[in-house]
Amino acid sequence: MTLIGQSVRRLEDRPLLTGEGRYAGDINLPGQLHMRLVRSPVAHGRILDVDILEAVDLEGVVAVWTGADVSAIPPIDFRQEGLTDLYPYRQPILAQDVVRYVGEPVAVVFANDPYTAEDAAEAVFVDVDDLPLTLDATAAPGSFDGTHSTEAAVVRTTYGSVDESFTAADKIVSVEVTVGRHTGVPMETRGALATVEPSGSLVMYGAAKVPHYNRKAIAAMLGIDTDKVILREGHVGGGFGVRGELYPEDVLVCLAALRLRRSVKWIEDRKEHLVATNHSRDQHHRISAAVDPDGFITAIRDEFWVDQGAYIRTHAATVPNLTMAMLPGPYLFPSYETTGHIRLTNKTPAGTYRAPGRYEATFARERLLDAVAHELGESPIETRRRNFIPKDQMPFSRPIRALGTVIEYDSGDYAGILDRLLEHVDHDALAAELAHRRRGGEAVGLGIAFFVEKSGLGPYEGARIQVDTEGAVRVVTGAASVGQGVETTIAQICGDGLGIPHDRIAVVHGQTDAIDHGLGAFASRVTVMTGTATYLATQELEKKAKAVATHVLEVAPEDLRLVEGRVEVAGAPDRALTLGEIAARLEPLSASGMGLEPELAAESWFTTDHMTYPYGVHAAVVSVDKETGGVVIERFVVAYDVGRAVNPMLVEGQIVGGAAQGLGGALLEEFVYSQDGQPLATSFMDYLLPTATEMVAIDVLLLEDAPSPLNPLGVKGAGEGGTTAFGAAIAAAVDDALQKPRAIFRLPITPERLRQIIHGDYPEEGAAPCK
Amino acid sequence: MKPPRFEYRAPSDVEEVVGILTEVGDEGKVLAGGQSLVPSMNFRLARPGLLVDINGVKALDYIQRSGDRILIGTLTRHSCLENAAAVPGPLGRLLATAAHHVGHMPIRVRGTFGGSVAHADPAAEWCMVSVLLDAEIIAVGSRGRRTIPAEDFFRTVFTTALEPYELLSEVILPVLPDSARFGFVEFSRRAGDFAIVASSVVIDVGSNGIINPRVALAGVGGTPVRARSAEAVLAGSAPSAELFRAAADAAAGDVEPMGDIHGSSEYRRHLVRVLTRRALERAASEA
Ligand SMILES: Cc1cc2nc3c(=O)[nH]c(=O)nc-3n(C[C@H](O)[C@H](O)[C@H](O)COP(=O)(O)OP(=O)(O)OC[C@H]3O[C@@H](n4cnc5c(N)ncnc54)[C@H](O)[C@@H]3O)c2cc1C
Repeated sequence: MTLIGQSVRRLEDRPLLTGEGRYAGDINLPGQLHMRLVRSPVAHGRILDVDILEAVDLEGVVAVWTGADVSAIPPIDFRQEGLTDLYPYRQPILAQDVVRYVGEPVAVVFANDPYTAEDAAEAVFVDVDDLPLTLDATAAPGSFDGTHSTEAAVVRTTYGSVDESFTAADKIVSVEVTVGRHTGVPMETRGALATVEPSGSLVMYGAAKVPHYNRKAIAAMLGIDTDKVILREGHVGGGFGVRGELYPEDVLVCLAALRLRRSVKWIEDRKEHLVATNHSRDQHHRISAAVDPDGFITAIRDEFWVDQGAYIRTHAATVPNLTMAMLPGPYLFPSYETTGHIRLTNKTPAGTYRAPGRYEATFARERLLDAVAHELGESPIETRRRNFIPKDQMPFSRPIRALGTVIEYDSGDYAGILDRLLEHVDHDALAAELAHRRRGGEAVGLGIAFFVEKSGLGPYEGARIQVDTEGAVRVVTGAASVGQGVETTIAQICGDGLGIPHDRIAVVHGQTDAIDHGLGAFASRVTVMTGTATYLATQELEKKAKAVATHVLEVAPEDLRLVEGRVEVAGAPDRALTLGEIAARLEPLSASGMGLEPELAAESWFTTDHMTYPYGVHAAVVSVDKETGGVVIERFVVAYDVGRAVNPMLVEGQIVGGAAQGLGGALLEEFVYSQDGQPLATSFMDYLLPTATEMVAIDVLLLEDAPSPLNPLGVKGAGEGGTTAFGAAIAAAVDDALQKPRAIFRLPITPERLRQIIHGDYPEEGAAPCK
Repeated sequence: MKPPRFEYRAPSDVEEVVGILTEVGDEGKVLAGGQSLVPSMNFRLARPGLLVDINGVKALDYIQRSGDRILIGTLTRHSCLENAAAVPGPLGRLLATAAHHVGHMPIRVRGTFGGSVAHADPAAEWCMVSVLLDAEIIAVGSRGRRTIPAEDFFRTVFTTALEPYELLSEVILPVLPDSARFGFVEFSRRAGDFAIVASSVVIDVGSNGIINPRVALAGVGGTPVRARSAEAVLAGSAPSAELFRAAADAAAGDVEPMGDIHGSSEYRRHLVRVLTRRALERAASEA
């Protein structure tokens, strides 16, 4: 073991930094058409007419389609957590009769260049008769389509004896909290280029995240054979949950390539992106704790509302289900009940975003624990310690399922990581310093929030390793890369197993014609799943290499060692064969002479029905300008245990990037809608992403105290823990700065809202205990 | 986010620019730094039939002193003014502070002083400074040159006294006496964003109290606003915390802000009070 644990440079960087990246926008084919969507200008209404006459007549326009032209194509199906109740709410690729949000595709234009396409799209006139709007997911449900309610489903999770615990409680503490609507905004917008190859195969470039699933889904929707559809992933400029899911535009470029027999390209622009790509979060929780006389929380009762937007897209009930499954977090909570209302509104449809369900649930739970601490008159740290799942109860199982698995925490030392964090920040000294500054008139405070993440979702992933006669190594996997460093990480694991440098290893991912099965890049799964498959494949490959060396060197396999890419005789390292030489011996004729299959190659599949559960703590120090309501983050620490870090630099990068997104949701980013359902944050002037100036240097405390027992490498996923508790920690820090418990009950904390809170004239219902 | 079709011309002197503008009328638009115009074209909010690119008119790029006035050529990039030595005395420091608040570095390198004034965003720093200092704005048309006082120039959001056939060629600012002190304070959600509210003040403290107080505000309505009642409170009084508070309250009464998603009318008025007080305190403590 030499490469695992090393912060080696990324293999991806060379092409990206030398301008050789191949993003969706970089790929062009001769004679390609450009697609442009006509999007609904109103939030809800019946389509009276879509007038395309003027658009069709423009020079350079090849076709214009409306809903009628694609009415035979079924709506987009669920990829994950599909409930039959949700079927009526799926999105058609172009609106049929009714539009349900501003930005919904109503018609589509194909033209010879993108400028003409945009001119033509503008010339399409959509006449809509307004229908009543639903913009509040917590109000009484109405009608979605005359038949179905805007409450698509009510999901429930419960265990233990909640009612009894609340009856017997010494204290009941409640909070009502909201996480606003925001989402992942990758630097690269979505894009796709579809073409029909001479072989008759439909090829789509610009795939990401889940190419194998999408291949099947596209084939099914278009009524063609799956093996006639090929998806190719290039470089991907960020995924974050939103990019790579199947959207109407992907299906439209494919359908157009088939119908028009031309290559068809679509690149989303930023204004579209902010209304067309999945939104996320937007949850409202009413949550209560039953507390016994010892200050132990015996039960949690929660009810929440998810503003799903206008349709239910590929993620179906994923976010509400993860919210329910992960809400209990690191605490024992012997009894638990939660009820989630999946509500349709006239906003952009929502899906998963980095730490889906956990950012929201962590905010609700940690705000509640802070309120319990306040009620008990103790430090929030004490409350947490008392309720932690003790280390000796690991693995710890809850009778809850999510993503087809039972929630069973594989390993963890929650009290331990809290101690490590407190020591790292020198907690008592820090608290004293902040108290001193507060006495001097400053509004500064510290907030701490705990979280448990989930990662490494199965059920399978594979890796095929192949060594050529020059000793060059190729790993092929069906997993995908959304820019998180998959190539480097997998090459490190492979190189570690074979004793060769990682930069001699090429990693192929996201190509449906290179491997038949692959589940993709989401749920922080690739290092756990593909990484383990790769590790297992190196062991298979080693066996085969030794079998060859046994023949050639006439030494028993037990006396052979794989060292630095050579199989050598133990005790006589001069007697050796390189992996390249072994590959040469495995040309078909001599391989059969040895009774072996040709080629130095091995393939392994790792299967699992349990996820891994990394965990951590976020600590924030903030100062508040009490006059303006502005918040400055002075310091932010993320302590995160990922079991084992294959490349600590990459893990740290994941944490810092994730933290920036957590910050955005906590202080800046929000999709605001007007009363008539118009989105008001449709450019970067109004949708405020954090920039380098707002971002604080993240102090990362990367821990490997609790390796996962579920895979031989001990790894857990690292993609989301920088995000999860950010909002909760900032809220606690602002409360502390103001010395006003329960002050913050809503994200993002905008200056205007905060100033209203400080001055006690917040117009909405406050964080007061709910009934 | 692709603009509709447009024609493009790149004349090399002012006469030619004015000639083209006169010839095409409403269809023409001057292209200066492009930092506001090009995004609006991409959003299809602006649809000029013809762009008259003035970046090749080198005669419009200058900062000159003429007696007690500073002449700023319309093509002067924001970044030139970030250097406090570009203009002498307190005015140079005031302009440098303001410049630093304009967007981000790449925008400051490209965007122009005159472009910002012509664009007339009510939150723009240069528009506020023009009103603060009673700038004179020079417009050149086929019938010659005219001078427009800043307070008459800004009509409402993105709307000025400039005629479509006129080129804004120069902005004239008064040199401030060495004894003048300024305060410039902004509040925005992120560094580089347009201010939600900005407040700027210039005061000169003599033996008889404050002389020539100037207070101007941005982000509080359709145009930058001179807070005349705040100035009246300050004039002739000795600087003090109470005085600044009273002036800030008066400033809040001078505005009728419009709200948007970054701040309601009420919140902006509150910010006027806070920021004006802070600007005055800063001016009073300026070395
Ligand atoms: C991300 C971002 C952030 C920004 N933040 C700020 C900020 O914080 N504060 C701020 O003040 N600005 C900000 N800006 C705007 C920037 O300062 C622009 O440079 C400025 O508003 C316009 O100047 P320009 O030279 O780029 O003009 P252009 O964009 O070329 O033109 C703007 C308008 O003025 C007209 N015009 C330009 N020059 C003349 C002339 N000489 N005569 C007649 N008409 C003319 C044009 O026809 C057009 O209508 C920001 C811009 C961006 C993209």
